[in-house]
Amino acid sequence: MIDAFAYAWIVVGILFNIFGCIGLVRFPDVYNRLQASTKCVTLGTILLLLGVALAGRSGPMAAKAVVCAVFILITSPTAAHAIAKGAYASGVPLWEHSVVDKYGPDLAEEGRMPAVRDSALDTQ
Amino acid sequence: MRRTLYLALSFIIWILLTWPFADGTIDLQIVIVGLVVSAVVAVLFHEILPREHGIFISPTRAFWFLLYVPVFFYYMVRANFDVVYRALHPQMPIKPGIVKIKTALKTDSGLTALANSITLTPGTLTVDLTGDGYLYVHWINVKSDDVEQATAHIARRFEWFIAKIFE
Repeated sequence: MIDAFAYAWIVVGILFNIFGCIGLVRFPDVYNRLQASTKCVTLGTILLLLGVALAGRSGPMAAKAVVCAVFILITSPTAAHAIAKGAYASGVPLWEHSVVDKYGPDLAEEGRMPAVRDSALDTQ
Repeated sequence: MRRTLYLALSFIIWILLTWPFADGTIDLQIVIVGLVVSAVVAVLFHEILPREHGIFISPTRAFWFLLYVPVFFYYMVRANFDVVYRALHPQMPIKPGIVKIKTALKTDSGLTALANSITLTPGTLTVDLTGDGYLYVHWINVKSDDVEQATAHIARRFEWFIAKIFE
């Protein structure tokens, strides 16, 4: 019974990972892709690890899986934030149908916008 | 104080990762190596623990944290179904943009927790935050580009909780 439950969690986790990857391929720009990969892959991997913790049926295995889950939960959004900020700073443009960008104008106002950005926009 | 706390934290993680010891008894070698490694890590990296380290040993904050965990997971699961729906829908109903929101949180740990919560919850991804309490958030389905309304949509439901835990 516990095994069935554990395998169900692992399957659901893998499904979320697959959907995250589909989003990664289908979404139009870096920022939307980060959304898909961060959210789905985080939850998917956590569910997978919890399934492993249950299926292992031993305290040590569960402890390791839970420690990994906690670290993924903390580091994954931080990494996404760093990638998004780095992408913006190096001039990766938003999708052409994006409705609003409050970040660029504010950066330019503070003079923190790198000069490369304009040329990067021109070539695209 | 911060060093001691960090030592304890890294030692607990070490034990969780190396347990069980061979044939179920306490292996002195592993414990000693763990203590040495934890001590080195604590001396080198205690700076990254937030200055307000008292929050780690306060029972009321722990209570609010335990209450926050299920709320957070609820929003996280909702966020996932939202993203999966948008990713699989043939027309891909997205309307992305970067909006600006304001937060009243002041401490580093509070801002970090808020930024991470925003990233893992429906349709939003923190891109940057400024020193004076503004966050730039990439929103996959922009409902309003006004600072006040965007804040109400994105941050209000967590801010209250996080202020109880970290401020």
